[in-house]
Amino acid sequence: MTPQETVERALALPGADDRVVIVDEGSSANLRFAGNTLTTNGVARSARLTVISIAGAGVGVVSRSAVRDDQLADVVAAADAAARDARPSEDARPLVDGFAQADWDAPVEPTSIDVFAGFAPALGETFATAEASGRRLYGFAEHLVNTVFVGTSGGLRRRYDQPTGRLELNAKSPDMARSAWTGVATKDFSDVDVAALDGVLARRLDWAKRRVDLPAGRYETILPPTAVSDLMIYLYWSAGARDAADGRTVFSRPGGGTQVGERLSEAPIRLFSDPRHPGVECVDFAVAHTSGREQSVFDNGLPLDHTDWISGGTLSNLVQTRHSAELTGLAATPQIDNLIMESATGAGGLDDLIAATERGLLLTCLWYIREVDPQSLLLTGLTRDGVYLVENGEVVGEVNNFRFNESPVDLLGRLTQVGVSEQTLPREWNDYFTRAVMPPVRVPDFNMSTVSQAS
Amino acid sequence: MRQIDPDFLALPLRRLADAALARARELGAEYAAFRLERVRAETLRLFDAKLEGSIDADDLGFAVRVVKNGTWGFAAGIALTPEAAAAVAEQAVLVAEVSAPINREPVELAPEPVYADVTWVSAYEVDPFEVPLREKVELLAGWSGDLLAQAGRVDHVSASLMQVKEQKFYADSAGTVTTQQRVRVHPQLTAMRADGERFDDMRTLAPPAGRGYEYLTGTGWDFPAELATLPELLAEKLAAPSVEPGLYDLVVHPSNLWLTIHESIGHATELDRALGYEAAYAGTSFATFDQLGELTYGSKIMNVTGDRTAEHGLATVGWDDEGVRAQSFDIVTDGTLTGYQLDRRMALLKGLGRSNGCAFADSPGHPPIQRMANVSLRPAEGGPSTEELIAGVGNGVYVMGDKSWSIDMQRYNFQFTGQRFYRIVDGRLAGQLRDVAYQATTTDFWRSMDAVGGPQTYVLGGAFNCGKGQPGQVAPVSHGCPTARFRNVRILNTVQEGGK
Repeated sequence: MTPQETVERALALPGADDRVVIVDEGSSANLRFAGNTLTTNGVARSARLTVISIAGAGVGVVSRSAVRDDQLADVVAAADAAARDARPSEDARPLVDGFAQADWDAPVEPTSIDVFAGFAPALGETFATAEASGRRLYGFAEHLVNTVFVGTSGGLRRRYDQPTGRLELNAKSPDMARSAWTGVATKDFSDVDVAALDGVLARRLDWAKRRVDLPAGRYETILPPTAVSDLMIYLYWSAGARDAADGRTVFSRPGGGTQVGERLSEAPIRLFSDPRHPGVECVDFAVAHTSGREQSVFDNGLPLDHTDWISGGTLSNLVQTRHSAELTGLAATPQIDNLIMESATGAGGLDDLIAATERGLLLTCLWYIREVDPQSLLLTGLTRDGVYLVENGEVVGEVNNFRFNESPVDLLGRLTQVGVSEQTLPREWNDYFTRAVMPPVRVPDFNMSTVSQAS
Repeated sequence: MRQIDPDFLALPLRRLADAALARARELGAEYAAFRLERVRAETLRLFDAKLEGSIDADDLGFAVRVVKNGTWGFAAGIALTPEAAAAVAEQAVLVAEVSAPINREPVELAPEPVYADVTWVSAYEVDPFEVPLREKVELLAGWSGDLLAQAGRVDHVSASLMQVKEQKFYADSAGTVTTQQRVRVHPQLTAMRADGERFDDMRTLAPPAGRGYEYLTGTGWDFPAELATLPELLAEKLAAPSVEPGLYDLVVHPSNLWLTIHESIGHATELDRALGYEAAYAGTSFATFDQLGELTYGSKIMNVTGDRTAEHGLATVGWDDEGVRAQSFDIVTDGTLTGYQLDRRMALLKGLGRSNGCAFADSPGHPPIQRMANVSLRPAEGGPSTEELIAGVGNGVYVMGDKSWSIDMQRYNFQFTGQRFYRIVDGRLAGQLRDVAYQATTTDFWRSMDAVGGPQTYVLGGAFNCGKGQPGQVAPVSHGCPTARFRNVRILNTVQEGGK
């Protein structure tokens, strides 16, 4: 049975008042390596059927993997029974209007180990080059193709085919004292030049041959796009409208309500999501396997469009469902699987920011980022894989790592320079979020709370 | 004792295993393992006593892992037929062949006795999946309602319940065949209140447990008793003074210390990290292999064990995912690093003999990697109570409950917050403090431990969601510990850290 047939059969069975049926078809291939050699690898397939049954305002959700044809009716019956037994859901709304997508019937095209047919030999050659030059390479290459099918008893039929690829490449000196990292997002690995990436890392390991120890303190700091992405993604994940309206987040207005409409930064910063943004295209309708603070099963299939979260430095929207939008009096703006930050006055790339620095720190990336205080969105974490000292426009050596304590919301108000945005791979969050376009930025007083001995 | 569910045993376990292993042998694999898993998980989330969402999901599938010409190959599939199993074995061999150009370190595995046909079931009484959803929702809604009834002290209440049943069938080319089933649950409730410009919350300290639904109905934890204390604790927290940063003596309750153990000992003593296999992702370890038997990890009273045998432990199994029998082993002895957590490949690679059974895969779609055992700090026989530990502090802070955590990629520098912090003055608690975090270097911290509590203070804490590896895997793990005391630890004021 094809995924489309599964959707139709699950919807056609008698029982609930309404149903939403989601089928997720996935395929993956990966290579992992350490010390210039393979460590693990694999290919996998997955198939998941999620039946959301609605009886009155009650909802039942049952999700099963690898469902055989003869098991379909049991899964649907279990969801129907759960719906009949459920209390009314407060997010209950009419299902999204029917819409039949033109390519609904197209077959799924999975990935396979063949996606690395060109990349694996190139990686092997790069290992040999690195070994001969005294570098050890570590990292991970993964390719996923996930197709989601959403059908409703109201006639909606939507699908999205999402290829996702990423390569993380980490070079270390043989004594592990020096480390450099780079990463790229890709759709199919055909555009990945691993030798060139290794060249970038070799340059950075050379930078690190001169070591400068600095104490904790506040430093002028250049954050590259990947570091900015990890901070902004945390901000985005903390931008739920309901929690803000309940007074629990940095976006809560003292005394009640949210801060939508309030200025966060004097800089003309725009933070937005757009499922059709070039290079980071993503699913353009809402998909919710269960309801929660920021998603509703009743919104399945809701079209997603360009959404400004911050515009001109002002908070514009928060992540929410149709239900929470009624509670907050704001627009229904569900989460979208990409994030773009731009400045209207953004100019120059990372090298330009370095060149314009009299004395400051250049980060590679951030790591182990965790929330310390939700009300200020104070985050803690570590610098990783190279903190460089810049003097008179040039990198002059490597500095020790630091633990930082900073709020990304507060940082937005302190930026003194923002460069041109580019697609980047988040270092910390790329397990969950790979589609990001971010600028390099300059912060005059980044809070390095303590020194980390890690290298 | 519970038995393995008949509907899992009714799956074509052996037929698929036979087909996969036979095909792998035909294709020249020198080692092959077949693993079929069904992981069922149900999560409920309530807010202000109303169900926000629930989902009952399972993950069913199988995997074949081979070694062909010294290179790993792994493939996973979902069609439960012998033909599909053989095809997945072919893919695993193909993956090994495609990967061969980048493998420079031939794979060999430490020997392990053959366990021809063995079963194991974890210690639980009531299968949570046999309890109707409505009954679980009513229980959580009732508890939430009791908290909300404290008008003026609690504004909102969130509640959640995670339940997992994990079933694994494993068969390898040496002849080991294991069939296992385990259950775990994690209920949590959080009371919230905004008081003028301040917002804060207070969460239950009840740890996740390798138990069944009986955990919510009086076995292993008294939820009604704990919930009754939350409104007052929250009110006190909201009214508490902000901490003055500086050096303090700490007394750390097991509800907080388990996480510090997890991050600064558990991960730091994973041999794959020490050898660099996680270097690009989770990181390495300051506890490098050359320091085994030499590194002074902590004070002389520090004794840490790893085990996969503790009753109700979240990492407890009968056999690991490489067919190695569960064991208990030393990690830190009298303050010195004496052991690592191992899988079969690393055990042989480093000449350590037999694996201590720490291979685990979180799903049928992922390969086993070295994951954490229940890593626990041993209490002092006849040791002091928590009150006695506090009595030995002139100017300090008492920490309860976990909250925020972060540690660097070599496990040196960490920073933790908690659910509640109490000022200690002249050996007595002097009310709660706000805005507290403690920050230290791992070895400095453990070397500053001057007292550990007795067995009466010991609690088994833990988490469902320890992350590691690429592709990312989550593993459940427990950590037992007594209350312990540490001298001269740096305390931060988190508001001041934010520049306010």
